[in-house]
Formats: sequence, structure tokens, C-alpha cells
Amino acid sequence: MSYCATLSGQRFVFRDLRHLMASASPCRSGDVLAGLAAISATERVAARLALADLPLSHFLTEALVPYEEDDVTRLIIDQHDITAFAPVASMTVGGFRDWLLSHDASPARLAAIASGVTPEMAAAVSKIMRNQDLISVASKIEIITRFRNTIGQKGVLASRLQPNHPTDDLRGIALSTLDGLLYGSGDAVIGVNPAGDNVENGLALLDMLDTIRQNHQIPTQSCVLTHVTNTLEIINRGGAVDLVFQSIAGTQKANEGFGITLDILREAHEAARSLKRGTLGDNLMYFETGQGAALSAGAHYGIDQQSVETRAYAVARAFNPLLVNTVVGFIGPEYLYDGKQIIRAGLEDHFCAKLLGVPMGCDVCYTNHAEADQDDMDTLMLLLGTAGVTFLIGVPGADDVMLNYQSLAFSDILTTRSLLNLKPAPEFAAWLEKMGLYDAAKLARFPLRYVKQASHA
Amino acid sequence: MIRHRNETPAIRDVWQDLRELTQARIGLARTGNAQTTRDVLEFQAAHAMARDTVHTPFALDVLTDALRPAEPLIVASAASDRNLYLSRPDLGRQLAAECRSALTPGPWDLVFVLADGLSAQAVTRQGPALYHACCRALPSWHIAPPVIATQGRVAIGDDIATALQARMVAVMIGERPGLTVPDSMGVYLTWAPYPGCPDSRRNCLSNIHTHGLTTDEACAKLVWLMLEARKLGLTGVDLKERAPGAAPLQREPVSKPAIVPPEGS
Repeated sequence: MSYCATLSGQRFVFRDLRHLMASASPCRSGDVLAGLAAISATERVAARLALADLPLSHFLTEALVPYEEDDVTRLIIDQHDITAFAPVASMTVGGFRDWLLSHDASPARLAAIASGVTPEMAAAVSKIMRNQDLISVASKIEIITRFRNTIGQKGVLASRLQPNHPTDDLRGIALSTLDGLLYGSGDAVIGVNPAGDNVENGLALLDMLDTIRQNHQIPTQSCVLTHVTNTLEIINRGGAVDLVFQSIAGTQKANEGFGITLDILREAHEAARSLKRGTLGDNLMYFETGQGAALSAGAHYGIDQQSVETRAYAVARAFNPLLVNTVVGFIGPEYLYDGKQIIRAGLEDHFCAKLLGVPMGCDVCYTNHAEADQDDMDTLMLLLGTAGVTFLIGVPGADDVMLNYQSLAFSDILTTRSLLNLKPAPEFAAWLEKMGLYDAAKLARFPLRYVKQASHA
Repeated sequence: MIRHRNETPAIRDVWQDLRELTQARIGLARTGNAQTTRDVLEFQAAHAMARDTVHTPFALDVLTDALRPAEPLIVASAASDRNLYLSRPDLGRQLAAECRSALTPGPWDLVFVLADGLSAQAVTRQGPALYHACCRALPSWHIAPPVIATQGRVAIGDDIATALQARMVAVMIGERPGLTVPDSMGVYLTWAPYPGCPDSRRNCLSNIHTHGLTTDEACAKLVWLMLEARKLGLTGVDLKERAPGAAPLQREPVSKPAIVPPEGS
């Protein structure tokens, strides 16, 4: 079916729901590249007017990717909770925005509708929300997950410690880990992107990280971010697998491009659960996503990059993950051109995931060929902090020497915690306190003696 | 410069020896929760250099000289300038129409393409050495003159190899410049390339620079892949990681790179 709106005497027609959604999306280079962006500023607003009048229930009848062709669509439709949807079932997209922002939409009510909201509904409403709207609504939503600590509570900002090294040198990675711990980082996960992606290497890295964790009794989890099939093999070989990592996307074809199926994810989920390594809970999946992934795999089905990204969160929530994060600026300027686009995308991804009940964090980051710099990262970091982001990623000095891009420094995350009065995960904060690394006022302090020990080791 | 009077110098000293183990920016000094002026400005300097690297074109005379005695051909992609290159990856993958006539058909066993990608500097520094080393290692091969491609992505090699009737193409390309390493080069090897060839049919070596994979090491791995590719008649995911460090190019392997298409592809 087609959609139309008249603006300033001009009539705009959108041939189908994909066209309408794409035209309503804030401008970004990836949609321009795909030939999907609105052709004028007026057309973009006309699309938003038409989208605002669309009943939410319409998304249950018109799929962006056909049900028969795509297992992500099947997951979305088959798992849709009609009872949870009931309170908002009669709303239009515009009415939904107004309700989300109202005092009536309490944290409890927002939690109650999560399983009744589809990714497409979340994407649609986000397109008619301003940045402050995305922050306001997300900040009301609390999604708590547990493995060896508890994250996602109001007032908690966790962080992933990312100690990458260009040759996976174990001592180099251990040092970056120490550096992060001294800044109170690592409660979400100590997670390494391996330079050499194979099972032997994964086993060695996990063994080292697990030894550090056990020796110092750190209430956190570690992860080597390798392909899920490698993780399965590592589990079979007795490796210390806390979390199962995988990059995911919003269509079956894009996931096939990642070399995964929903069945492989299920198999890995079950295998890791059977290890029973979590002490406080068994949320143990860790997913990364990012706008542009489906287009870059040629698997976006003519859907704008923000809408298809949101569909990946349906995949994530089916596995009760501990952590999910968008790697928002990593993909490059052909998808998100500059700081403005990266900031907007980060806020959209966080809002949509939270609305769907997914514990969303963010790798606030950019590459050297994008029109962005650390000032833009400061802005997005602080905005996400106010939005209640589950966790942020930190690397030493904001410079990832393996992946060659810039994220946040551990000190940046301290600044966010300090400015917004946010704390690490409580069990991790208690550990920092015990180790003499934590000062509630300064949120971390210099533990010189550990560095001295390391230098003598 | 503001510093914690007692703590900062001590911290710097303690971390000094440990920095041998990693180029990561560990043990930075702090003022309050922030970095000190010196570290902030050092970071900005590194970022500025990386940014400028992205936008600096090939020094064609330097590169041409370094490839002697070979007589390289110079072609351009359909992306006419850097901004178009950055925002339209599809254009960087195509050979500019007017350049086709410069490429006379072989047949050849192999052609090397030197594409700027995101760091022309990387290819200028590492490319000629790798080219010469590979030619020495494959004396009986019929190797086409090297082709320099400006504003080029990996897949431009498919167009070039097709026009030259080359059975195999090795595209050397500048990788994303990082703050620590602005001159890292990658090589993508494709057997029987054709326009539209999927990335899963390529093999990749990355991180070729002074502090990473040296050109000699890269040559050994690349020549091994080339010999295997010719023997088996394929490259890509089916030519698995049998040579250490020679990962097949696919979207799966590592988390963040998996989100992104291979550089310049």
C-alpha cells in the first residue's frame, strides 16, 4: 500500500512502508548511498507527517522483509506479545511519541509494553523524536542483567574494558587491563577483540583474562570477541568462556553474511549456559550491532539503515543478553558521515534498544576518515550518560592500537560518572573499594602500588 | 600544565618500562578525572596527522621510481575526488571508463595493483618492497606491469585484472590510518577476479608496516597463498588459514571489523 501527505500545497506519495520509513529518517550518508534518503527537506518532513498518522498496529500487518523469506521477521512476528501491546494498540506513531514522553509512561508501564513493541514500531517513533526525546524516554527505562555482577540499574554506568593489542601480546593486553581497572573500568566486561581470530589464540587470551579475574577475585566477566563458532569450539575444548559474543544484524541474509544463523546462536547460548559460570545470573550473550551493517552486506532489502539496525535488537532480545552495544561510529563516513550523524545514530540505537527491552551500551567512537573528533565523542558520551546508557567502552587513552579507531578513554568514563553522579556496578564498586582503588568522591584513585608490582613482575 | 604534584611524575616513571610491551596509551597522567594538557595535545597531534594522511594523495613520481625497473601504469577509479571516494564506495570500486584503454590484455599469471585506499603513504612506503620481493620469489611467473590506482578500493582490482586478462590479482591498499600507525597496508588476493566478485573469494593480509607484519613476512605469506591459489584454482574462504596469519577475508572473524566491509572493498 502507498502513503501520502500534503505539505505546503505539495502532495508527496510514498510507495510502500519502506519508502515512507526511509524518507522520514534523519539524513545520513548510508541512506544516500543506498538511494533511500528523502530527496528534499520538505519530503522528509512530509514523510514524518504521514508516518505520525500511521496506526502502530499497521506494523503487524505490513512486514519490511517478507515473513516467508526472513527468519528475523518470523522472530519478530512470532514472538510479538499481543497482551503487552494492548495498552498502546490503538495509538498512532505520533500518539505513541506523545505517550512515551508523558508522565503516564512510567518506568513500570514502559517495561510492561516492551515485548509488545516491534523493532519497526520503535524505529518509526524514533524518526519523529528529537534528540532530547530519545534521551528522556530512554532514561526512564531500567533493564537489569546479571552474570557476576548487576548492571543496568538507575544510577549505574558500567564500562567495558577493551585492552586490544595488535599482535595479541598477552603482557600488553594484561597491562591495558590493569590500566583500565585502575580507572574503575571493566564492570560490564573485560573484552578483547583478538587480532588473530582462531581457537588457539582465543583459548590463550581467555586463560590469561580468567587468571587475572580469579587471582584478584574481580566480580566481572571476561570475553574474547571471536566468531560464535570459534567460541563453541573453545567451550568444547574446556576454555574459560563467560560470555558468548557475536556481531548481529537485522536480516537473515545479513546474519548469513556474518556466518551465523539463529540456530547457531541458540546452540552457543545453551552450551555457555551449561557451564554455569555466572554467580548472580545467567545473562551471558554479548552482541554488537551498528547501522550500515546490513547495507554493507548487500542485505538491507531497501530498508533505511536505522530501521534495519533496530531489527537486530529483536535477535538480541531473544537471547536475554547481558550486554549489547552499537559500535556507532566504527563503520565509517559512507554510513555516518560526521559527528552530527554519529551522535544522532547513537541516541537512536540506544533509545530503540531500550524501548524493546534490550540492555544497550555504546562504543562511542569514530574513524580517522570520518568528519568527527573527540569533541563529538564527549557530546555523545554525556548525552548517553544522561539517557541512562547501560555501559560505555573504554580503551587506553581513547586510542585502539589494534583496530585503528578512537573510542573513549577510561578517564572519559570517569568524567561521565562524576558529572552525572553514576556509579560502577555495585559488586564491582565494592571490589574497587576493597582493593583501595575506589573513592566515592573521586570515583577512582591512583593505586600506585599495583603498577609497581606489575613493573616488577 | 596542571599536574598532581606528588602522584603524576611517579606514575609516569613506573609505567615507563611497561610501555615497551604495548603501544597503547597506558598510564596517562591525570588532573582530576581528566587527561593532562600534554596528553590531550599529543592525541590531537596524532589525530591531525591521521586525518591529513587520509587526504594526502599519492606522490606518483616517488612511487613510480620505487617500482623501477618495472614501468607502472597509472589509472583512476570512477571516484573523481577524495570526498566522493569517502562517501561513494561503489565508485571507488570501478575503473574510470577512460582508463580502460590504457590496459592492454595479457594474458598474465598475476597483476599487482597499488591502490591508495585510505593511506597513500602506506602503499608508497610498503608497496614497492613487497612488489619486488614477490617478483623475485616467483621468477617463472608472467607478471603484468604494476598498476597504480588512485581513489581506489579493493574491488577496482577486479576491473583491472579483467581488462588485463590476469588470472590473479593482488591489491595492495592503504588501511584506515590509526593514531599510532598511519602507514599500515593490506593486501587482498583474488583468483580469477571478475567485476562484482564477492569478498568471500578473497584472502587478506593486513597490518603490513614497520611495527607490524614486515614486507618480508608479508611476501612469504602472500607467495604461499599465490602458489596454493594457482594449485587449487581458488582463493577466499575455501583457502583457509593454513599459512599462519593469512586469514581468509570474510565478514565473520572479528567483532568490529565484522560490522564493516573490508577496507576499500
